[in-house]
Amino acid sequence: MNRKLVVSSSPHVRSIESTQSIMVDVLIALFPVALVSVFLFGYRALLLMAITVFTAMVTEAIWLRRRNIFGDGSAAVTGLLLAMVLPPTLPWWMALIGAVAAIIVGKQVYGGLGHNIFNPALVGRAILFVSWGSSMGGNIWPGPKLFQFGANLAAVTGATPLANQEEALAVTFSQLITGNVAGCLGETSALAIILGAFWLFSKKHIDWRIPVGYLGTVFVMGTFFGGGFYHGHLSTGLFHLLAGGVLLGALFMATDLVTSPVTTTGRLIFGIGCGVITMLVRLFGTFPEGVTFAILIMNALTPVIDNFTVPRAFGEVRRGA
Amino acid sequence: MAVSIATFKGGVHPEYFKELTASLAVTPVEPPKQVVIPMLQHIGAPCEPLVKPGDRVLVGEKIGESEAFVSAPVHATVSGEITAVAPHAHPSGQMIEAITIESDGEDSWEQPAAVEFDWEKLSPDEIRRRIREAGIVGLGGAAFPAHVKLAPPEDKPIDTVILNGAECEPYLTADHRLMLEQPQQIVTGLLIMLKILGAGRGIIGIEDNKADALRVMRQEIEGRPELKVASLRTCYPQGAEKMLIEVTAGRTVPAGGLPMDVGVVNHNVGTALAIARAVTEGRPLVERVVTVTGGGVARPANLLVRIGTRVGDLLELCGGMKEDTGKLIIGGPMMGLSQPHPDIPVVKGTSGITVLSDEEFELEEATACIKCAKCVDSCPVNLLPLFLAEAAEHGLIERAEKYRAADCIECGCCSYICPARRPLTQWIRLAKAEVLKRRRQR
Repeated sequence: MNRKLVVSSSPHVRSIESTQSIMVDVLIALFPVALVSVFLFGYRALLLMAITVFTAMVTEAIWLRRRNIFGDGSAAVTGLLLAMVLPPTLPWWMALIGAVAAIIVGKQVYGGLGHNIFNPALVGRAILFVSWGSSMGGNIWPGPKLFQFGANLAAVTGATPLANQEEALAVTFSQLITGNVAGCLGETSALAIILGAFWLFSKKHIDWRIPVGYLGTVFVMGTFFGGGFYHGHLSTGLFHLLAGGVLLGALFMATDLVTSPVTTTGRLIFGIGCGVITMLVRLFGTFPEGVTFAILIMNALTPVIDNFTVPRAFGEVRRGA
Repeated sequence: MAVSIATFKGGVHPEYFKELTASLAVTPVEPPKQVVIPMLQHIGAPCEPLVKPGDRVLVGEKIGESEAFVSAPVHATVSGEITAVAPHAHPSGQMIEAITIESDGEDSWEQPAAVEFDWEKLSPDEIRRRIREAGIVGLGGAAFPAHVKLAPPEDKPIDTVILNGAECEPYLTADHRLMLEQPQQIVTGLLIMLKILGAGRGIIGIEDNKADALRVMRQEIEGRPELKVASLRTCYPQGAEKMLIEVTAGRTVPAGGLPMDVGVVNHNVGTALAIARAVTEGRPLVERVVTVTGGGVARPANLLVRIGTRVGDLLELCGGMKEDTGKLIIGGPMMGLSQPHPDIPVVKGTSGITVLSDEEFELEEATACIKCAKCVDSCPVNLLPLFLAEAAEHGLIERAEKYRAADCIECGCCSYICPARRPLTQWIRLAKAEVLKRRRQR
């Protein structure tokens, strides 16, 4: 037999899952969210998504001098995630700058996929936020209007319900669940977000600890420290859960594989930390919403968390026991 | 198929491909014209040859022996003439001293020396002596001398013997067939072990993808309240020693410890069978069941073969390796050793020969770790493979030790699951060997 045999270290078989297939799964998970945002905000949502996804992919391909613009799919994920946290009124060229910044400043300067410290999409959002704060939201939008499909944009944008009590009381739970409220493209519909997250759970790409830690903390803090401004204490906790960007953040941003802890205990700590910071900003900060910065701060702490939560090996005895 | 809940934390679900051979009865192979018998087929001290070229030997005659306690003698597996005593290629990848025997075609056996074959009348010491004399080692693949495990120190009382019939390694079906075809001998082997150790409980752990084996073994133990068959969820590596003990006996082997530390001795079902035959028939370990399988082989089979048979000859018997063969593995695809050529002998620990076609495996370049932590979630011994491998890659052995490199069981789950195709197990194995080496030097 003249054929040469391959000699390599075991195992000799591999799972069919690849980095690219995981990224494609994330894109699939974002599909319901993207779809709902097009329903809610019309062609502008589609335009912003197309711009951010395309710009992110092209920027990465140019930076890496790679011909295949889809590559491992991570740039498309970053682009789409960025669009999800942009307000529908944002000028298209700002979205473009945000995508370039997300890829370069958020990811490639660290050495590319896997080496970045911060969630690239949130870096993009943060940069836009500090550069053009007024276009990115804040509390300057006109009051919320009822959703009408095909209505002009001004009619469906408004201040995030978190802005003040008056805005909050103007929306109902059913609005928060369907997404029929003011907010960024992908953060308004609880239903679509949860549907997409189910796909990621079923594929085991995300673990329950980060979302449960995050959402649990938000609910508990909202209930006990929210002041009960939204029809009582419990429903105020629920309101904090459903309004603003917490759901999208907890299920799609905080769970970003690269920038969240790898240890099981670490994931829980990370989720709780995100929840605490988010609520501190919401309750005591100058901004109505704190999801972006909560996650970015916890991203920075991720290596430290991993370091302090190394699990005990199987059968390892507690020291001193 | 009943789904059992008994399982450990972590693990992976590779495709099993057991259907290639699961329904094929074990076929005895004619003794070959020539056998090559390595002096080292076990963990421990190598044997010294007891014969020289020109000597004539009978089947079952002892031809290699060592004074060391942790060792196992080797026996002639065909009758005929010794033609060489020289280093020969070994499945471990090394050149190891081996005895070559040209068969005389007679297949004449040495008469067993023992007189009493009723094991219940034998003393534990006599049984242990027979097991050692028969050269029995762990037949699941690790090849640890069987008598050593059956002689625990006095301060480690054993109350449970666990037989491993999980056969969690993909493709392999040798243990599965043994359980179906010789359940009585397996149970005898287990009872013998219980007697030697004075243990009151015997458990046979079988993965639930072998429903027929579960049924047969359950029938076989009927009326013996001290024995139990445990149905385990099909999940790799369910048959790993520490996992199996935790799942079946509910005890956690301490890190760096041995099963005997928790009162357990653990043996493969094939080993139990070999023990039964050694004790009740005086038969040394001269043959074993080998699964020859994989998409690269024309006619997969479960074969009963003499130890020392050339792997190449067995492959010929199964129709030869196909044109598109890419890998020849001794063992299964998760923990087996890939070989550069088939000119190596079947040894005591050879449970399978897996021949993978080009389509059945891929050689892909590793990309950056995306910290998905799938390796962390799949690691059955709770390590952080990504950080361990990173430390090893940078030669940071002390850091690797801090991340418990020594506790790695080398099951391969981390490499299997890694979407970035990083060779995590390989790096960790390297670090583990280095860590253990340094510990010995300290």
